[in-house]
Amino acid sequence: MIDYEKVIPQKIRDIQPSGIRKFFDIAQQVEGVISLSVGEPDFKTPWAARKEAINVLEKGRTAYTANAGLIQLRKEISLYLKNFIRTEYDPEGEIIVTVGGSEALDLAMRALVQPGDEVLVPEPSFVCYSPIVTVCGGTPVPIVMTEEDKFKLRADSLKAAITPRTKALILPFPNNPTGSIMRREELEKIAEVLRGTDIMVISDEIYSEMTYGGEKHVSIASLEGMQERTIVVNGFSKTYAMTGWRLGYCAGPRPVIKQMLKLHQYCIMSSPTVSQYAAITALTKCREDVDRMLEEYDMRRRLVVKGFNDMGLTCFEPEGAFYVFPCIKSTGMKSSEFCEKLIYSKKVAVVPGSAFGESGEGYVRVSYAYSVHHITTALERIREFVEELKK
Amino acid sequence: MNNVNKKLLDLLKQNARLSNAELAAMLGISEQEVTAGIKQLEQEGIIIGYAAIVNEEKADDNAVTAIIELKVTPFKDRGFDDLAHTIMQYDEVDTVFLLSGANDLSITITGTSLRKVALFVSERLAVLDGVLSTTTHFVLRRYKEKSHVFNEEHSDERSLVSP
Ligand SMILES: Cc1ncc(COP(=O)(O)O)c(C=O)c1O
Repeated sequence: MIDYEKVIPQKIRDIQPSGIRKFFDIAQQVEGVISLSVGEPDFKTPWAARKEAINVLEKGRTAYTANAGLIQLRKEISLYLKNFIRTEYDPEGEIIVTVGGSEALDLAMRALVQPGDEVLVPEPSFVCYSPIVTVCGGTPVPIVMTEEDKFKLRADSLKAAITPRTKALILPFPNNPTGSIMRREELEKIAEVLRGTDIMVISDEIYSEMTYGGEKHVSIASLEGMQERTIVVNGFSKTYAMTGWRLGYCAGPRPVIKQMLKLHQYCIMSSPTVSQYAAITALTKCREDVDRMLEEYDMRRRLVVKGFNDMGLTCFEPEGAFYVFPCIKSTGMKSSEFCEKLIYSKKVAVVPGSAFGESGEGYVRVSYAYSVHHITTALERIREFVEELKK
Repeated sequence: MNNVNKKLLDLLKQNARLSNAELAAMLGISEQEVTAGIKQLEQEGIIIGYAAIVNEEKADDNAVTAIIELKVTPFKDRGFDDLAHTIMQYDEVDTVFLLSGANDLSITITGTSLRKVALFVSERLAVLDGVLSTTTHFVLRRYKEKSHVFNEEHSDERSLVSP
């Protein structure tokens, strides 16, 4: 019989399934759970984009597109980035349309990382960065971010983590799971550390439209001297509520994009055609829909923050994405224990902060991509749970 | 209407049970401002009441709702108002609308049985002065009312937990 232990490399077998997956299995066993655990919008894709997809299907546009994506779409992305992050990218050679931001992250890492390289991964953060680094033979080096710093990346922590082997820094802001963002002056300090080095920045800006209060999202690519060392990753999943369409993109320096495009050619050919047409419409005709969603998220955000603070689980004010990250240390429980008890006793699912890196221990991730009614019902149950714990 | 009141109205139309504290948090204003805004909306007659949206079939197995369209002769000077006012007085009547188009008044009523609703139409409505004809439509199923979807538990297709 074939010995899969030998067939499958140790490196692959050693990859841990994400803590989210484990928690999903638990949540699924419990009947009647109400969830605050999803990482995708509750809104439907704006109708104009859906209609365009129907339209192109009717016209039979079902062939591959150019490897890098439809040129009209790349032009619109270029225009969007110019307006939104004030950075110019040539649609020919500096932008690739990818299968979600996920593929863009994977391409960036595979194009940059070789065995022996270290990649700096600020945590808590999204679950895919470290496993991809590992698959590439690199070593993920976590940088701890703490609530005292509002879960922002400190320039001195960054400096301390850099070694001669450092190949790249993941810059995961606005952040999933904490909702933290980096303001211009904070990014400036990070840029100061990186300028003059050969360290690349992979800036995961998938939540860039979702910032609340104050100045809009600033990309590190827009800071002086940074565009040449930054790969911007973004996409349509969150902003346009298009998670299932699997469409994202990356923009960066020509020599890097050229290598990434090769990888993309060989493993993907081209991103989904129908999705690309719909994305053109999303970029050109759906601003009002996006603004409406953003306003709704912001209201829910304030409601949820207040809810947790009122029940005594302190919650720093998240300024981005659609998550809040309340601290549950006062309950004396580990975050996975808290989440399991909550789901069994009150049937509410939130995600243990520890699923996003060790520094997420003591927190839980709460998504507010739900209706206000759903949120208030779930908050009420969590409040009961916390009250009962005090007895 | 000022912007705050417009937003308050939007939120209350969705969910009238949000507390003033919750409304204040959501809109980023003080509770006093919320109280004042709601008071103004009520005083100006913009908000005329607060009511639950009920899944009647679940609340009472036999409950029936009917939409009744009436053709009527308008009275000189007073148009349709007199008749509408008369019909409004009946407790069974939930809504009374004046319509453009082929029919004139549209009424919804909810009764405890089919028979009661039918009798109400024939004995109370059809006989009113000015009523020329009635058409009764019984409601078979409710899907959505005031933006609320019935049986919503099936509508979220997202995975329960995702990264
Ligand atoms: C921080 C972050 N980056 C990237 C992604 C990937 O999104 P997609 O591949 O749908 O564009 C996600 C999705 O949850 C995310 O939260």
